[in-house]
Amino acid sequence: MNVIVCLKQVPGTAQVKIDPETNTLIREGIENVINPFDTYALEEGVRLKERFGGKVTAMSMGPPQAEGALREAVSLGADEAILLSDKAFAGADTWATAYTLASAVNKLGQYDIIICGRQTLDGDTGQVGPELSEMLEVPFVAYVSRIEEIADGQMRVQRMVEEGHEVIEAPLPTVITVVKEINVPRLPSLRGIVKSKSAVIPVWTVPDLGVDQSRVGLAGSFTKVIKVFFPQRVCQGEIFQGELGNQVECLMGKLKDAGLV
Amino acid sequence: MEYFLTEEQKTIKSLARRIAEERILPVRAELDETEEFPWAIMKDLADADMFRVFVPEEYEGLGGGCLELCLVVEELSRVCSAIATCYAVNALGSFTLIDYGTEEQRRKYLPDIAGGKKLTAFAVTEPTAGSDVSAIKTTAEKVEGGYVLNGTKQFITNGGEAEIYTVIALTDKARGVRGASAILVEKDTPGFSFGKKEKKMGIRASATRELIFRNCFVPEENLIAKPGMGFLLAMKLFDHSRPGIGAQAVGIAQGALEVAVDYTRQRIQFGQPLISLPVVQDILGEMATQVEAARALVYAAARMVDSGAKKVTEESAMAKVFASDVAMKVTTDAVQICGGTGYMRDFPLEKMMRDAKITQIYEGSNQILRNAIAIELRKRKARTE
Amino acid sequence: MGIQIDLDKCVGCGDCVPVCPFGLLEIVDDKVQLKEGCTLCGACQEACGYEAILIEAVSEVEAVSDSHQGIWVFAEQRNGKLKGVAYELLAKGRELANTLQTDLSAVCFGHGIDEVNRLIAHGADKVYMVDSPDLAINQEDLYAQQLIELIRQHKPEIVLAGATSLGRAFIPRVAAILKTGLTADCTGLDIDTENRLLRQTRPTFGGNIMATIICQTKRPQMSTVRPRVFKKNEPDEKRKGQIIKVDFNRESITSKTKLLNFVEDLTETVKIEEADIIVSGGRGLGKAENFQLLRELASVMGAAVGASRAVVDEGWIPYSHQVGQTGKTVCPKLYIACGISGAVQHLAGMQTSDIIVAINDNPNAPIFEVATFGIVGDLFKVVPMLTEKLKNQ
Repeated sequence: MNVIVCLKQVPGTAQVKIDPETNTLIREGIENVINPFDTYALEEGVRLKERFGGKVTAMSMGPPQAEGALREAVSLGADEAILLSDKAFAGADTWATAYTLASAVNKLGQYDIIICGRQTLDGDTGQVGPELSEMLEVPFVAYVSRIEEIADGQMRVQRMVEEGHEVIEAPLPTVITVVKEINVPRLPSLRGIVKSKSAVIPVWTVPDLGVDQSRVGLAGSFTKVIKVFFPQRVCQGEIFQGELGNQVECLMGKLKDAGLV
Repeated sequence: MEYFLTEEQKTIKSLARRIAEERILPVRAELDETEEFPWAIMKDLADADMFRVFVPEEYEGLGGGCLELCLVVEELSRVCSAIATCYAVNALGSFTLIDYGTEEQRRKYLPDIAGGKKLTAFAVTEPTAGSDVSAIKTTAEKVEGGYVLNGTKQFITNGGEAEIYTVIALTDKARGVRGASAILVEKDTPGFSFGKKEKKMGIRASATRELIFRNCFVPEENLIAKPGMGFLLAMKLFDHSRPGIGAQAVGIAQGALEVAVDYTRQRIQFGQPLISLPVVQDILGEMATQVEAARALVYAAARMVDSGAKKVTEESAMAKVFASDVAMKVTTDAVQICGGTGYMRDFPLEKMMRDAKITQIYEGSNQILRNAIAIELRKRKARTE
Repeated sequence: MGIQIDLDKCVGCGDCVPVCPFGLLEIVDDKVQLKEGCTLCGACQEACGYEAILIEAVSEVEAVSDSHQGIWVFAEQRNGKLKGVAYELLAKGRELANTLQTDLSAVCFGHGIDEVNRLIAHGADKVYMVDSPDLAINQEDLYAQQLIELIRQHKPEIVLAGATSLGRAFIPRVAAILKTGLTADCTGLDIDTENRLLRQTRPTFGGNIMATIICQTKRPQMSTVRPRVFKKNEPDEKRKGQIIKVDFNRESITSKTKLLNFVEDLTETVKIEEADIIVSGGRGLGKAENFQLLRELASVMGAAVGASRAVVDEGWIPYSHQVGQTGKTVCPKLYIACGISGAVQHLAGMQTSDIIVAINDNPNAPIFEVATFGIVGDLFKVVPMLTEKLKNQ
């Protein structure tokens, strides 16, 4: 079972806060981490390897420092890691990202399953997985919450939808995105950390992938960010004053006025 | 304070902290309440290679020493010292085997210990032998091919949960403590059973039981070192393990200090956060100083043990005594400055205060250890005269 | 291509430094310097008041064929029932179509859907209806290929779809095959009339930053929008429109995956997405049992119970109740937040509610910034009082 796990390094936005005075991001103490949704993808990949043998390759497109996320992936059980990094990759939208990843997957060769997280914490689009599957022309299943069985070149999985879950069968190779319900990711081990420190992580650039520069990064992106701004929160609210009982009374009055009670 | 830890030591410390915060913190209050043995956490620690830290590399360990062990124990104790106890006792139950076991004994047991597949315990205390270790009565009578154990061990941490026990028993009753030997006993040996689980004041998620031996036969190859060396081995073991108790105490105190700082920053009284009041600052400043002093002493003692120094009785006793007194004082003060909230069981401080108490008692009560330090002083002076 | 800093224009003010989500900017000798690793997100360009930071896009803009006309809304259904998001998108689509002076069409795949006329009442000029038993429930492979075929045939300039689990899974595949841009989870859509471009605004970094995105060179321009972000229009029964039946040619479409079974989640009795009133609880509740207070209030108000991510992670209440970035987006008439501090991720999921009431003992909690009405006080006193008063009505 050859598994490829796609992951992204993101700022740990659980800690991202806005400075209310300046309306800017408070960056202090923010570390870059593996996108939390991708940790479930990695864990599932490692579990598949433990169940069926084979190997797990972690793959990430990003700036040079994204190597840190790949080292962590190795400490968590990935056998190999590949960093796709080139100045030309910067500014990629989901299409250009999926295209770059697809080129790297094709260069890597044979695989059975590609696992991605359901979305990233920063971009939050959830589009790269499905786009990747189309570029590789393989089946795709989103929001997988359980891999039930893999046998005879077929996999049977459960995937979550709003109303419940569906059981879906797909032939290998296939691309899936996973949700956090699928597993509890393990913590790194000391031996894994030692191994990850000496792991050789190749960096693949535009010439390595043999891709057209105009198809990757900002140049290859069909969507362009034209404006970035901080959401303005205008406080027009009314904070009631006085005794608590009176405040509740005031609130009741307002809700009655609005026809809600 | 900068302790100039190596990269490897920093890695061990930070991974232990991560396990403590991600896996232990969410369950510590519940485990304290239910007194359940933390098997899930033991598995997490095993998966993270934490049981490998104190086992030599030849036996699938990482070959760490006393300081590495202390770093893990401190970080776990910062969040929950009950769970730290369940972990640290494995080192206590393994050290004698590691230092004095035969190659066969080590090959047989250490890989499973390193992998966290089998927990261990160490048994010397008996109903009649606490501080007075020489009063032990459990016998191991020599018979054809091995020994037959009879007697009861009391207050044995990990008792009933561990698979491998290092038991100190008299192989030659006539010779008193000089007739004591260290013997490995496996859990399912016929004639070996457990008493009821004790209900404790603190470290409640850890398991403490009696070990009961009734005509329990163990084969000859389970004897560690030579017959009659048991008491000596136990004393040497405690010299090496006491910095670990010190580390546990430092962890508890550090945890309590952090909780107290967080709370006093948020709690508004007299129109300002408590931490702005000079009386609170005085107490917090003293707490922080004490914790750092204790840590410095514990690390120094641990490094001395790791240096291979022949005699570390005084230093390791000092580290344990000082740090455990600090833990008791710091947790008591933390409860005090957090007032009513500090006293509530929904808040972590009262647990830390209960947990701190045992560090002044086990592995040699602080009074006995101060005596031992004084005896060393007297001996040293006598030698120079 | 890439980012350029014009050192002549840079005055070293440092305004750009804190906005970089990756912390790559620093001021050295009164000039800004960029470290390795820029992703060209553009935050600094926006922050610079001196036009010293330039991010160059593609130099040559491919001419976009103006043969693409009209706005399409993918009207999602399940088991013959149209989802609310279809009507919400029609309301927004109508507005965009009016601005562009073009047609609004709904595209619907399913079987035996009675409500097709409703799509017209809600603003569609045309409905492309593909009716087949094979399409009754989500069949992503079939949906993707069918939609691609229709888009290739009719060439709309804009395609909108719901960011539901179906939409998020199959719309990207459509965009990938059509080689066009797609923007996920938009919260704002409007038209740059000068260039006839769709401006798509969406939150990133968990709602900390908003980005406006365009797709200049490819058609159609595609967006997904989360349910309850836009409001549906009142239906106009007199509206006239055309229902175009499209034959479904099962043989020409291949499905790589096979749906074997569907298991409905029966544990989820609350549908917070559809509730008019939501009573929501956060960490301030202290423990799981205290949700009972909120359930009592909810039951007298006929409300659903929601929750912040913190308490769902604590296991106090199931995930289906979670409101926010990684939970559900809700837009009720009344949202009562009890003991919720209001992390941006939570606000992202509820701030478009008509009326927001915040009950929290911390006057500095960010929830008060979005609250219509606020009570600074102990929720354990306020909530029972409110419940009591409502009971006595």
